[in-house]
Amino acid sequence: MSKGIAPDLRPDGGRCYAGLEREPAVAELKKTPLNAIHRALGARMVDFGGWDMPVHYPSGIIAEHLAVRSRVGLFDVSHMGEIRIRGRQALDLVQRLTPNDAGKLKLGQIQYSAFLYENGTFVDDLLVHRVAEDEFLLVVNASNTDKDFAWAKAQAGGFDCSVENESDATGQVALQGPNSLEVLQPLVDVDLASVKYYGFTAGKFLGIPVLLARTGYTGEDGFEVYCAAERTPFVWDTLAEGGQPFGLAPAGLGCRNTLRLEAKMALYGHEIDDQTHALEADLGWMVKFDKGDFIGREALLKARDAGLTRRLAGFRTLEKRDIARDGMPVLREGRPVGHVTSGAPSATLGFNLGLCYLPLDLTAVGSRFQVDIRGRACDAEVIPTPFYKRAR
Amino acid sequence: MYPADCKYTKDHEWLKPLGDGTALVGITSYAAEALGDVVFVDLPEPGAAYKAGEEFGSVESVKTVSELFLPADGEVLEKNGELEAHPEFVNEDAFGKGWMLKVRLGGALPSDLLDAGAYAALVSAEAH
Repeated sequence: MSKGIAPDLRPDGGRCYAGLEREPAVAELKKTPLNAIHRALGARMVDFGGWDMPVHYPSGIIAEHLAVRSRVGLFDVSHMGEIRIRGRQALDLVQRLTPNDAGKLKLGQIQYSAFLYENGTFVDDLLVHRVAEDEFLLVVNASNTDKDFAWAKAQAGGFDCSVENESDATGQVALQGPNSLEVLQPLVDVDLASVKYYGFTAGKFLGIPVLLARTGYTGEDGFEVYCAAERTPFVWDTLAEGGQPFGLAPAGLGCRNTLRLEAKMALYGHEIDDQTHALEADLGWMVKFDKGDFIGREALLKARDAGLTRRLAGFRTLEKRDIARDGMPVLREGRPVGHVTSGAPSATLGFNLGLCYLPLDLTAVGSRFQVDIRGRACDAEVIPTPFYKRAR
Repeated sequence: MYPADCKYTKDHEWLKPLGDGTALVGITSYAAEALGDVVFVDLPEPGAAYKAGEEFGSVESVKTVSELFLPADGEVLEKNGELEAHPEFVNEDAFGKGWMLKVRLGGALPSDLLDAGAYAALVSAEAH
């Protein structure tokens, strides 16, 4: 048996995990505060963008995926990066750095946004939290944290504000699934029902200062809990125990990937990177051209006016055996016209999903094309996205 | 830990000679665990013949796909049809219900196949 040809989680271009990768040489990898807990739980650990992370626990990706959809899952996301921008011109810098309109954020609100290069392609995607009038917390992808921090610092000259990388000092767990609120509520001193989707609040978790954000990367309701790094094991253990009556399962990065794919959330290194721009990635909704200048605006305006040549689309393959994987060519009448950015069997829907870049005239729902799966041209059809949407 | 009546490849397939010139073939429990939840196994029909080391199919898990290589020269006599409805047998019982092919061996086994002890040592070296 050979190594898998298509790693499904690849944070930053590099091969991240596949079938028979070696277990990480642990000494070289960064560890979250929960590393020992994952190992005690029997997790399969992999090198995820330089981090020693659990890809799944003994129950497996499918069981964890379904636990999040039907009950509640607990994820270690302490590897994510936190960058704080604070000071008189914090808003001005965030507006310069990101294409979404951070000026629209009220205190306690969160928005999806990005850092873009001048040419409109992605440095990273991220969440912007408005902590105060003059203070923003940006949560970025683990493998991009150093790059993002350097990028933000480099743009900050001339702005009266500070840019701090708080990643090492910050732990984060994500509680995701329909039972999330019930698990978390008894442990915190705030009324979670009053925290809206993409809202956050400071609070106490059994006396520990935390930030409670109603966000996630799964397409389910849930909360992301930020705390001091050294408090993370206590928060994890308490949630794991308190969640038992609610069917809580520890959940690894493997199901995080299949869950976000069903919800059509972009993954840096797959749907978005420094070769794709925000409009073709189908993220035009977060690009606010009329908010004022921001890095990448000119290039995106030009791209918009010239008309897109390709766009991200969601598809399913028509045969059960045909599972498209990242990097596979997309064919029209035998000729390559694009490539798959993510693909996996959907545990929720029972068929095989994927995202890919297609010529614009192929992106309409119902359009047929083929995916080159190891030399076989396999039929695929564009279907509506998100593939999965929770009932509200 | 690994059955003594099987031979192993460095690529994590096993081959179990049945003593009548035929053998069963599958992937090891180590490989199955590394792949994670198996969702599809693509196997050839009876009659297909392969040289040792030739690709005969693939196994898809949620997170990845791996090709399968036959450990010895052989002709396919039977494929495990149960895996179509129950690919999870590969995870649950890699050396039993998760068998993949029954083959008629084409001759002597390749000399580089590993016995159970050597395979366990290989896996141990990979994992640490």
